[in-house]
Order: sequence, then C-alpha cells, then structure tokens
Amino acid sequence: MSLDLKDVAAIAQLARLRVTEDELPAYAKDLSKIIAMVERLQAAAVANVEPMSHPLAGQTQRLRADEAVERDQREKFQRNAPRAEAGLYLVPKVIE
Amino acid sequence: MHTFTLAELAQGLRTKRFSSVELTKHFLDRIERHNGELNAFVTITAEQALVDAARADRQLADGQAGPLTGLPMAHKDIFCTDGVLTTCGSRMLSNFVSPYDATVVERMKQAGMVMLGKTNMDEFAMGSSNETSWYGPVKNPWNLRKVPGGSSGGSAAAVAARLTPIATATDTGGSIRQPASLTGLTGIKPTYGRVSRYGMIAFASSLDQGGTLALTAQDTAMTLQAMAGFDPRDSTSVDAPVPDYVAALEAPIAGLKIGLVKEFFEKGIDPAYEKLIRAALATYEKLGAKLIEVSLPDLPLSLPTYYVVAPAECSSNLSRFDGVRFGYSCEQPQDLMDLYTRSRGEGFGAEVKRRIMMGAYVLSAGYYDAYYLQAQKARRLIADNFERAFKQVDVLMGPTAPTPAFDLGAQMDDPLTMYLNDIFTIGANLAGVPALSIPCGLVQNLPVGLQIIGAHFSEAKLLNVAHAYQRETEWHKQMPQAYA
Repeated sequence: MSLDLKDVAAIAQLARLRVTEDELPAYAKDLSKIIAMVERLQAAAVANVEPMSHPLAGQTQRLRADEAVERDQREKFQRNAPRAEAGLYLVPKVIE
Repeated sequence: MHTFTLAELAQGLRTKRFSSVELTKHFLDRIERHNGELNAFVTITAEQALVDAARADRQLADGQAGPLTGLPMAHKDIFCTDGVLTTCGSRMLSNFVSPYDATVVERMKQAGMVMLGKTNMDEFAMGSSNETSWYGPVKNPWNLRKVPGGSSGGSAAAVAARLTPIATATDTGGSIRQPASLTGLTGIKPTYGRVSRYGMIAFASSLDQGGTLALTAQDTAMTLQAMAGFDPRDSTSVDAPVPDYVAALEAPIAGLKIGLVKEFFEKGIDPAYEKLIRAALATYEKLGAKLIEVSLPDLPLSLPTYYVVAPAECSSNLSRFDGVRFGYSCEQPQDLMDLYTRSRGEGFGAEVKRRIMMGAYVLSAGYYDAYYLQAQKARRLIADNFERAFKQVDVLMGPTAPTPAFDLGAQMDDPLTMYLNDIFTIGANLAGVPALSIPCGLVQNLPVGLQIIGAHFSEAKLLNVAHAYQRETEWHKQMPQAYA
C-alpha cells in the first residue's frame, strides 16, 4: 500500500496539520515506506490472539473517587496561553 | 570532582571533602565551558541550583541529609519543572513554562538533589540521534562528529562529558538504552508502571517509562530508589513496594541463568561489537553464570508492531497541542481550522508530523483492524515470548544497538534506517519489562553497550547483575579524554 499526494493531504487534514504542496511528496514517500514495513504484520499468525493494550497482565486503569481535587489555578495556567483575556482563552470567531 | 561517581560524591559530601555549593559550582562551570560544543543543555538553572545546594549544605550540617542530598543532577526536558522552561525539544513548547512539577522532579527535589538544568532531546522523544530537536543536534563527547543517540541524547552527552553526575531520561523504544550504549553509560528503563509518568510529557503512553543515565549500576540504584514507586496521579503507576536496590547490588550471581537471545545475534551486528558482547558473556561465565540460548521467535515483529502502536498513541497524545491553551500559536489565524493546522504545522518538526500522520492513518476508519488491532495482537505474541523465556532464564542478554555512534547527518534522510537503531530495544517496551545497558568495550574508540533484560519488576536483579560486571571490569570507567 503506498500513499499518493491526495492521501497524504487527507491524512494531514485529519491530523490538523498544515502540510504545504511542496512538502507532500516527501511525506508520501516516507509514509509509504513506513507503511510497507508495517505490512509485515499482516503475515503474523494472530488468529486467536487477544489484543494487548496494557503491557502488564491483569492491570487495569485505576479510577479515583469522583471528587474535585484540583485547586483553581486558572491565572497560573493562563500565563501560558497565547491569547487570553478576562480569564478566557481567545480563539477566532466560530459563530457567524 | 567531576570524574567521581555519584556514590563517591555522596561520600565526599558526608566526609566534608567538599560542600554541595562547591560541587554544584564545579559542574555549573563545566557546563558553562563545554555546553557550547555539545549542546547538551537547553536550560541551565544556575541561580536556583546554588540556592538548593546551600540548603542541602545546611541539611548535611544538621544531620538531616538523605543519601542523595546535595548531589547535582539534570532532568531531560520532557519532565515538567514548575516555573522552568519545559520544551520537550520542540518549537511547540519553546515558550512553555510549566506550572507544576512532574512526580519524578518532585521526588528528586524531596531527596535533596540539586537540578543543574534541563537537557536537550529529540523532539517529543521521537528520534534515535538527537537530531530532531528544535534546539539543534547534541554532539557525542567521544567524538564531536558523531551523534550521542536519542532521544535522551542531551542527558547522555551531559553525563558522559561529566557535566552532571547523573541525569533523568525516558525510554519509549530505546531512548535511554541506545544513548547509554553510544556514550558509554549505564542506562536503565524500568518496568512499565515502576516510575510515575505524571508530568512526563507523553509520547506513547503504553510504552513510555522514565529512568536514568548514570556512570554505574550503583549510582543508578541509589537514584532509582528515590524515583520509583506508586503515584496515585498516574493511573498506570503500579502500587507495589520498591525493594532496596542498593542492598541488592552485592548479591553473588553464581548460578545465574543468562539467556542469549538467538534473534539478537542473527541480525548481523558489527563483528568487533559482537566480540565484545561475547567477552562480556565470558566474564559472566567466570562469575558462575550459565549461558543458555533462547529463542523469541516473534521478536522480528517488534519493529512493525512498534511503528503502529507508538505513532497511534502519539497522534492521540499530541492532539492536545491546539495553539489555544499553551504552547506555540501561529500569527493571525483566519479561523479555528487555520489556527489548529498552522499552529501544529509550524510548531512540530518533520519527524513528529510524520508520526502523527502515521498514527492518524492506522487509526482511521477502514484501517484500524488491519493495522492497530493487528499490532496489538502481535504485541501479545512478543510479550508472551518474553514471559516464556523468563520461565527458563533469569535475564536475557545481547547487544543494545546495532552499531557504535554514527556520523551526524548520516541517517536523517531515511526514517526507516533511523528506526533500525532501536531494533534490539523496542521488544522490552512492548512487553513492559525492565532493561538496562552497560558499557562493555570500545569499537574504534567509541563505546558500545551490553543490554540486560529482566522479567517484570526485576530491577534489583538487573542492577545486581550489572554491578557484578562492573566490579570485574573497567569499561564503565572509560571516559572521553577531552572531558577527563
């Protein structure tokens, strides 16, 4: 399976990445090579194998009690915001 | 002072041969002098380091010091540090001052260690040469034309050049062990869940694990002791007691069963390197260990499995970078989509974008089963191979990386060539087992490592086995002459 320029542009859009026209061929070439390498998985004998999503057997994600534990640190956090005003994060207009 | 191990420096502080302030100044001077050529540090926190060192000296004088109090260290720039720039080697976080400490950072602070600064790394820990960093490549102190390995290349170069006695690092597919091999250090990737991932910027959450790059197994044991352990803030942290790693170092290893992974030796590693591995194995035999050949038949699936699982998780983790809440944001966005795509397009480098797109592709409708689910099944086969091997033997041994350090720029044009650097290391990440690399010799004056892999939660055994070798041999004492 190899990707053409249209495929790469579509994937970039899905991933919310701006990729310029002249960058597309290099990504198409590299991604196609990586996909060709991972194709080797198709030959793996895994018919009755349970998929593994956690590297430790029997471990599941712990849940904590549904109680608020975080302090309000909005001002501290918003110091890292590219655009903030009056305690709000600013984005371009989304409603016409 | 800089040629001492962490254990020797701890002794020096206790016997008042030098103070923490003197020690800290000494290493800060070395960073000042050598960082220009090595590019190992992104941020140097000299002022705070001297404040912390002075506090450590008071604790040492009051008899309130722990085993690590007053010892200098550096953090890989993937660990969040409250009030300090935390870049993850990316333009995306080039303006990010973390509002909190990672658990690892918090624990090192509590142990009284003195942070000298934050070390350079491949962007978002994606790379094996430290050349994908927004802050430029790190140079290998053994030869400035060579790479130090990656992604923890800054930590590796800093310790190898004795700019810090120890540094934290992270390993998703080999990012601690491969740089350890290429710079002549002892580097451990603990069991998945052993060290908290809270505040460690996520790349692939089911594979990432924090550890250290150090001069010796003993230094590693001392530091891991303070780093490891349950953290309720990381939902995958394992609630199990941390054994006494330092006490376990001296246990005799006679009768140890060492598995030689057949698949590791079939790949055709550098012959001079293989000779050194064989010599290391002979040393273990001399110490009473038994060598047993074992096969992990599904190990060849590691690379394709990893390059589905890791990009899939990375595409999900890195979706948080949106140009809105923190991090890089593009100039004058036209609309929300433009804000997202341009901030991410400009903020991420080529390798990170490649992996995000690879992940988006394997998770997309119509391909999920063929790639992602298939990889999760193959991952089970690989993990089962390791489990079966550890029923026969105590540890597995083999090379860490296929070659010694390669030239800067040599592998940047072809991502697949670069990915092969991790061919021996990614198996341990997929299986979640601990593994370390120790120096076992020089090939054309460049260090190479012996990889030792153990069963889940066998860090004490791995460190014991590594320490036994370091008592018998001098390879871990070799250092790049320019920094002696």
